[in-house]
Amino acid sequence: MQKNLLETQHVSVQYGGVNALDDVSVVIGEGEIVALMGPNGAGKSTVIKSMFGLAPIASGEVLLHGEPYVPIPHNIVHKSVSYVPQGRRVFTHLSVEENLEIGGYIVKDKSLVKDRIAAAYDLFPDLKAKRDKYSGTLSGGQQQMLAIARGLMTDPKVLLLDEPSLGLAPKIVKEVFELVSKINEERHTAILIVEHNLQSLLPIAHRAYVLDHGKVIIEGDAQKVASGDILERIFMGTYKPTH
Amino acid sequence: MDYIFHLTTLSSIFAILAIGLNLVMGYTGLLSVAHAAFYGIGAYASAILMRSQGMNFFVAMGLGVLLSMGVALLIGLVLSRFDGDYYALASLGFNVIVFGIMLNWEELTRGPLGIPGIGKPKLGDHTIFSNMEYFFFTLFFLIIIYLLARLITRSSFGRTLKGIREDETALQVFGYKTVYFKLAVFVIAAGMAAVAGSLYGSYITYIDPKTFIVMESIMIISMIILGGLANNRGAVIGATFFVLLPELLRFAGFPPDIAAHMRQIVYGVLLILLMMYRPQGLFGEYKL
Repeated sequence: MQKNLLETQHVSVQYGGVNALDDVSVVIGEGEIVALMGPNGAGKSTVIKSMFGLAPIASGEVLLHGEPYVPIPHNIVHKSVSYVPQGRRVFTHLSVEENLEIGGYIVKDKSLVKDRIAAAYDLFPDLKAKRDKYSGTLSGGQQQMLAIARGLMTDPKVLLLDEPSLGLAPKIVKEVFELVSKINEERHTAILIVEHNLQSLLPIAHRAYVLDHGKVIIEGDAQKVASGDILERIFMGTYKPTH
Repeated sequence: MDYIFHLTTLSSIFAILAIGLNLVMGYTGLLSVAHAAFYGIGAYASAILMRSQGMNFFVAMGLGVLLSMGVALLIGLVLSRFDGDYYALASLGFNVIVFGIMLNWEELTRGPLGIPGIGKPKLGDHTIFSNMEYFFFTLFFLIIIYLLARLITRSSFGRTLKGIREDETALQVFGYKTVYFKLAVFVIAAGMAAVAGSLYGSYITYIDPKTFIVMESIMIISMIILGGLANNRGAVIGATFFVLLPELLRFAGFPPDIAAHMRQIVYGVLLILLMMYRPQGLFGEYKL
């Protein structure tokens, strides 16, 4: 039976009295790719932030390996969970290699850090050629690859990706999603992806959640979610909830 | 020549201050307006210890540095919880408080009268007295501080400071407890400022509270903005420029009674031009 690695259970998040999430339960199981979709302002990124202690949870809880866990930003990485934030957020005045070293901060064995940097270069050869360059000089696609590679430095069991296609050309988006799929297959890393680019995401996802106005509207097998017209209605703003 | 050595000694002292503040502001991105307070704590501590306890300059300086770092540790615990404008305002408040203590704790500091007759350093039986000797003496400390700053900024600690400057939250998700790093760099910079304070008091042989007002902190900030944030060499050049510029203006033919005001205007215009056309300063890698 598949183990649940990380989940939110009935989580609500409020910003200044406004509900950003309302009773949201999202589960990431061992080795799966989970898609988290929805229109702008649906609360997708807030789900990830609540798992990392970056959003104020008003009610509900976060579970790690089935146990309640109070998320604190600098702690959850020790629990084998890694976060690749929206907009890449690489350290532009540090080199590619220094960014990777920062990603491996909690790994105390320095030779292991070197091995993982070498593995990152194998996975993302473009980065190797620019290892000594400031990451601010990289293209958007290369910065996204660096952000993912940095997130993999701790060899996490769970990787949370927030809008990895944001601002990237379609060709680069395809490359990024191919790499995400490869990481999942080769390393068995469970991946939660927040994304609005459904065309690229759904073919590689195992399960999907669709959010609208801070609530989960649909969840289930990614292909089944993709097959109906409900996604189109949600994104077009014509979906009317029945409850 | 004595005049040249006087200016280069002052430049070296301000360069030490600028290097320390550059660690906090340039590398870590924290706008601290409290640097003159630590400069003053170092100066007052060593002056009082030398005068009242007859302590050797080096011992007094060491204790002044420790006191300054200890105070920075306490204040830093509060400041490290802030960032941005709140950090700047809270640090400014601290500078005002320290100035108030220097001005009003008359039994210890002699208040507005200041402390005259501060002793000169002695190396064995030799007292460092002439401007030339004092310049080389100060230069020695500047080199040590410069090398220490270089070591820090090229280490993984320095890399973390830059990470805090760029995106503190992004750094935290990799397991960094950024509060400790912010605190550590603040304490180190306070120690460096105390070294400058001890050197200044002993060189001028007189200190008073007005030397350590908030405007002094702002001037040190201006030095590193001019030289370039996050560049140690820029900090030294910025400090040198700010010490030498008023001297150059002396030769510009302004009447003495308006020369001082003209200097302030020139500083202000320079900073505005810099912000408009080169916000990263002369050698900086980062702009405010």
